[in-house]
Amino acid sequence: MGRPRSILVAFALAFVLAACGADEPTRTMGGEPPSPSPAADAFPVTVTGTNGSVTIDRRPERIVSLSPTATEMLFAIGAGDQVLAVDDRSNHPPEAPTTDLSGFEPNIEAIAAYEPDLVVYATEVGDLGASLESLGITVLQLDAAADLDGVYQQILALGTVTGHEGEAEALVGRMRAQVEEIVSSVDPGAGLTFYYELDDTFYSVTSDTFIGQLFTMLGLENIADAAGEANPYPQLSAEYIIEADPDLIFLADTECCGQSPETVAARPGWAGISAVRNGGVVPLDDDVASRWGPRVVDLLRRVADAVAAAEERAA
Amino acid sequence: MNARARTRAIAIGVVVLVAATVAGLLVGPARIGAGDVFRWLLALGRTPEGMTEQEATILANLRLPRVLVGGLVGASLAASGAAYQAVFRNPLADPYLLGAAAGAGLGATIAVAYGPSGVVEVTVPIAAFAGALVGVGLAYGLGRSGIGGRTATGLVLAGVAVASFLTAVQTFLQQQRSETLRQVYTWILGRLGTTGWDDVRLALPSVALAAATLWAVRRLLDVIEVGDIEAQSLGLHVGRLRLAVVVAASLATAAAVAVAGLIGFVGIIVPHTVRLLVGASYRAVLPLSVLFGASFLILVDLLARTVVAPAEIPIGVITAFVGAPFFVAVLRRSGRTA
Repeated sequence: MGRPRSILVAFALAFVLAACGADEPTRTMGGEPPSPSPAADAFPVTVTGTNGSVTIDRRPERIVSLSPTATEMLFAIGAGDQVLAVDDRSNHPPEAPTTDLSGFEPNIEAIAAYEPDLVVYATEVGDLGASLESLGITVLQLDAAADLDGVYQQILALGTVTGHEGEAEALVGRMRAQVEEIVSSVDPGAGLTFYYELDDTFYSVTSDTFIGQLFTMLGLENIADAAGEANPYPQLSAEYIIEADPDLIFLADTECCGQSPETVAARPGWAGISAVRNGGVVPLDDDVASRWGPRVVDLLRRVADAVAAAEERAA
Repeated sequence: MNARARTRAIAIGVVVLVAATVAGLLVGPARIGAGDVFRWLLALGRTPEGMTEQEATILANLRLPRVLVGGLVGASLAASGAAYQAVFRNPLADPYLLGAAAGAGLGATIAVAYGPSGVVEVTVPIAAFAGALVGVGLAYGLGRSGIGGRTATGLVLAGVAVASFLTAVQTFLQQQRSETLRQVYTWILGRLGTTGWDDVRLALPSVALAAATLWAVRRLLDVIEVGDIEAQSLGLHVGRLRLAVVVAASLATAAAVAVAGLIGFVGIIVPHTVRLLVGASYRAVLPLSVLFGASFLILVDLLARTVVAPAEIPIGVITAFVGAPFFVAVLRRSGRTA
């Protein structure tokens, strides 16, 4: 195999882009009455993305999103009408105009053929941003958020560039309130331990990651932290997971790798783990768990429900 | 090397393998005392007193099968490499030479991308096994059918063509289903982290059959390595011998790939190290490659699961990282003494 470097690059990208399949009904999105169209004279506007300061001269009407997370955000703030095309991984909401465009292997010509007035993307693959800019297309990069504040900032930035500032602020306000309510609903003193599974070869995440922080907010203790001083995405030993005996196991590989509480219980030596014995293996939606969009609140609620159920069993 | 020296070398190899196996059982991310491990071994699978059920489970269901599979894979790759190097008279021949790796990669990709999800731990090894055999079968069929005139070179070139073609198909399928990238690459990097008794059962029959075949022809390998014409003049049926060796080595390679992914380097480094230490006769090289190949991979896997414990390092990374400097050291030493 003469391509170790490309393998490693693809491997790293796959972590960022791991987004597999189906949807789950959401509790955070939609339902808001569309606010009156903002005045066109709000433009030009300037926002800060991962690619620095971006100025938008006119309200964009032909947006191409190469980021499933950005797609979810755009539709959640009522800018869906301005979205012309989204990439092949953008499967939420269902009305998003999914195309063959790929954010993973972007084809500049195919993107340009849509004659977009704004391209939103997450991962810089090759010279994606510079190539599009050289064609006179405005680009906004919104890479994986580091924390919830980063999520809020991205939603607000998208609100500004699409002329939906008010709806973006309302969405962020709702998310903040819901997060606060969920966090205050769990007992932080319980000190339950958990193992978060990214795939069926036991890759996990530490508390230094975006997803890991959500669990920390709920007072959970991450068994992967012992392994991740240098690497926030360590591959754990099965031996260690069994010995650590987590109270909860969260499966973010239900779609990609077909894992379920049953397959976990059938693994050699796993039947004795507390989470397996006590029904504490919680399947998650791979997509929601690998994005940093509005549905992160749903994920947080699911985890909080699992914590509450575990505490109930213990009581 | 005379018979006595060979026996002594093999005895040393057995001792090294036993030591590696014990070390593999003693060390791991779960801290289990050495005394407990030995008492568990003496209790033959029952949980001895003073040991928790969990510790016994870790030893019985994780560490022991992992050490056994590591040994089987290491032995298979090293012996297949040695055999390929003999019948192709090419010091750089490795177990993946005839398209086994590319075929296995394609099989695994098809299983991940288009097979039923939820049972990949069953379908991927089987598809990889089948793919490896298909790859070698294609290469052998093409090589025999005339390009290069049924020579060793013809086979090697056919293998290169088949490997390129199968890799292209694999890459295409993978790009069509890029959500499967991570799973496929995790598999390609090689792993023993999810090994269980299923893998032992899957690998053992092929490996045993291959070992018996190679053992039976070990003397003939010394003859064929001299040259096709010379071997024929000694009454050896070169084509038939080469086919038997290719089938046996490919079977062992396919089994190894199926349970452990693509672990490079072992098939080249171990046989050559053995040659540098004991000379070129396959009567010594073959059994010692089996013993040292098994020991090498068990010890490498021990590093893979302890260096950054409780995290793991892909085993394919360590085989080259540890193997290359070791090989250079052996090369330099033998250069001075020779």
